[in-house]
Amino acid sequence: MLLKFTKKGIYCPAGNFYIDPWRPVGRAVITHAHSDHARYGCKHYLAHHDSEAVMRLRLGSDISLQTMAYGETRTINGVKVSLHPAGHIIGSAQVRVEKDGEIWVVSGDYKIQPDGVTVPFDPVKCHTFITESTFGLPVYYWQPQSLVFQDINNWWKQNREAGKVSVLCGYSLGKAQRIVKNVDLSIGPAFSHGAIFNVNETLREAGFDLPHLPKVTSEYSKKDFQGALIIAPPSVGGTTWLKRFGPHSMAICSGWMQVRGNARRRNVDRGFILSDHADWEELLTAVKATEAEKVYVTHGFTSIFSRYLNEIGIPAGEVKTEYGVEEEDAPANEKKTPADSTD
Amino acid sequence: MKLFAQLIHDISSTTKTNDKLEALVRYFQSAPDDDKLWMLALFTGRRPKRAVNSTRLREWAAEVADIPLWLFEESYHSVGDLAETIALLLPEPAEENEKSLTSWIVFLKKLGKMEEPERKSEILHAWQEFSTRQRFVFNKLITGGFRIGVSKQLVINALAKTYDLEAPVVAHRISGNWTPESTTFKTLIQGEDVDTDASKPYPFYLAYALEDEPQTLGDPADWQAEWKWDGIRGQLIKRQDEIFVWSRGEELMTEKFPEYQILQNHLPNGVALDGEILPWKDGAPLPFNLLQTRIGRKNLTKKILQTAPLVFVAYDLLELDYQDFRQKTMAERREMLAGLISEANHPVLKLSPEVKFIDWEELAAHRERAREVGSEGLMMKKLDSDYKVGRKRGDWWKWKVDPLTLDVVLVAAQKGHGRRANLYTDYTFSVWDGDQLVTLTKAYSGLTDKEFYEVDKIIKANILEKFGPVRTVKPELVFEIAFEGIAESKRHKSGVALRFPRMVRWRRDKKVEEADTLENVQALLLKY
Ligand SMILES: [Zn+2]
Ligand SMILES: [Zn+2]
Repeated sequence: MLLKFTKKGIYCPAGNFYIDPWRPVGRAVITHAHSDHARYGCKHYLAHHDSEAVMRLRLGSDISLQTMAYGETRTINGVKVSLHPAGHIIGSAQVRVEKDGEIWVVSGDYKIQPDGVTVPFDPVKCHTFITESTFGLPVYYWQPQSLVFQDINNWWKQNREAGKVSVLCGYSLGKAQRIVKNVDLSIGPAFSHGAIFNVNETLREAGFDLPHLPKVTSEYSKKDFQGALIIAPPSVGGTTWLKRFGPHSMAICSGWMQVRGNARRRNVDRGFILSDHADWEELLTAVKATEAEKVYVTHGFTSIFSRYLNEIGIPAGEVKTEYGVEEEDAPANEKKTPADSTD
Repeated sequence: MKLFAQLIHDISSTTKTNDKLEALVRYFQSAPDDDKLWMLALFTGRRPKRAVNSTRLREWAAEVADIPLWLFEESYHSVGDLAETIALLLPEPAEENEKSLTSWIVFLKKLGKMEEPERKSEILHAWQEFSTRQRFVFNKLITGGFRIGVSKQLVINALAKTYDLEAPVVAHRISGNWTPESTTFKTLIQGEDVDTDASKPYPFYLAYALEDEPQTLGDPADWQAEWKWDGIRGQLIKRQDEIFVWSRGEELMTEKFPEYQILQNHLPNGVALDGEILPWKDGAPLPFNLLQTRIGRKNLTKKILQTAPLVFVAYDLLELDYQDFRQKTMAERREMLAGLISEANHPVLKLSPEVKFIDWEELAAHRERAREVGSEGLMMKKLDSDYKVGRKRGDWWKWKVDPLTLDVVLVAAQKGHGRRANLYTDYTFSVWDGDQLVTLTKAYSGLTDKEFYEVDKIIKANILEKFGPVRTVKPELVFEIAFEGIAESKRHKSGVALRFPRMVRWRRDKKVEEADTLENVQALLLKY
């Protein structure tokens, strides 16, 4: 096999390199900069140009990192390696490897719907496709993002009218860029939480066209935040950090909001269904577009999605990985569940 | 039904009580009267019967969604709610239907009488016309599982606000024996002749648990104390020569308690008593599970009536001689109640005995022996308090005994429902019998989400076998569970049944070998 599933991650024996390993290895090809795909401790990293700024921010400025463009090919020990747009977050890529005419593609995380920030997903033909399946259930389908942002804009406007600050939560890498780029910033003032500020400013310095949102600091008072939109990571939920805003409404952007139980569990006022992963139909579309003869399914609803693929005539198997513990897959903030009560 | 679906959506998408109240008020201001009446009926538990078998619904939904049935079932398992799963799996409609809630309920009633092929085509047709939100509500209606996260009290407050009425007045008006077919919204909410319904109960006054020391309540002389009995809180009413029995859930349960019919001859007309429906034998209450089994039975056989004979232990007098007594003080009501019961003079009707005390220390000592008398603690009521509506702080407090606890071993797990549908959260626990672990109980609440998440991970890594949805797990984790009572049971391997078991602590500090034994359990059984 051109790629093997080992304890350290997806491995290419012929090329002697790993793709998104979860243990420190010599050479790692990285699909994208999320912490469960780009981990600490590897000797050499290879990733897309656009992943560099965030990888250096998160893994250290001194990591040994080579970068390349989409479509460019590099040969490692006789194995051809190239990166192709995955549309997940800035710099996210599918990794294509080829040797002796055999082609494998590792999707990393991806979505098909264009988001106005990333280079849109580009299907790559291959013999074997390794796909994610975070939302691999037919109950997950995404509305066009223009509709979601219409809802978000209206929610912000309504909060302003009601004298409330709008706190919009999304992960600092991915969702946060998508929000600042697509929300209607003419509605009122907008600020970002420090964690998001750091990522966005790093990206701006690296040349990405993102609006500048001031960072929430103690220099600002309640008055400055009046009617404002605050973009924050979901971890701020239930913390004293929110106190400075006075009356506020809190919303979260996540694909999990599709299911009421998940939305309730997050304990927020609103849930906007917005994901950087493919929905069920997108997963199927992507898999079919590769024309792969064999599909391996990683993190998400692996057994369900692979069973379905087999039933529609695409041989598929599940693979256990250590992806999917970051970002959208993380558990909700801590909340005591009430004990059953008699009366 | 668009408005109604909007209401349900608004209510479930906020955690703030005030936003829910506003959503309800908006609905009362904009919906037609017929729909409001049905909405009230649904929110007060008067739902129409399930019109369709859920197996058929699943098959039909899978067919329309064009997915195999197993994939439908997996989706259902993950979402945790059938109505929602169907709503999510079907395609969006080209045009949204504008029919009223009432017209859909009429449709629903017809549905039950149709032959299956017709029923199927009607449902499929309806699905096509709904947005996801409406479809969800529709599915809830046809599966008979309509329950939305808003208390009856909140509905009452919203009505009071919309129609500028006092909340207790509204509460009384919407309680009782009405159905949407037997009345109109106007008569129910704004009507004058509210007394025509002889069975109508008063809303219950419920106490909060005392969290501080009783000393914080002030002078002990201002308070009365009674045992808190572990039965079914109920109202016993006699009006127009008829006996009515209501449970706290405002369910009319008269037929379930034939023992009380005798009181027909012992109580005057125009009487409403608040009290506890309690199985009682030889001067002491029997375990709650006897009552529970009895309630579950369709037919009350002689044997059941003999093993679990009931009494009504009266706490309070709400009405006498057709006069509402709730504004009188507790002391006055208690005195009248005592007189009434001694006059009735029948063993089925008992006065809840007073627990006398001089100071709080003495009361605390009484509480310590609560289990010995078969009660679950104390109730404290202020002597000058009126009888309020709903759960209120200040004048009434319940002071339960501390729960019993055991350290038990997790041996099996099952995935939860709803918001915990992807996590193993329903656990089976065992204790040691020699070197064997025997199953003691199940429990599925009491941990934080974070703990559930962590335990879930450990379970997934330690699964031994699959039995349907149940996974047996390598015994490695110890939990402290608390429960309110313990009784003998033939249904359980361990020979005991626990009452309201829940986890109180994950004992990471304890090894499996240190968990409790069956002997410890039996010792508790003997003691209580
Ligand atoms: Zn990712
Ligand atoms: Zn991922």
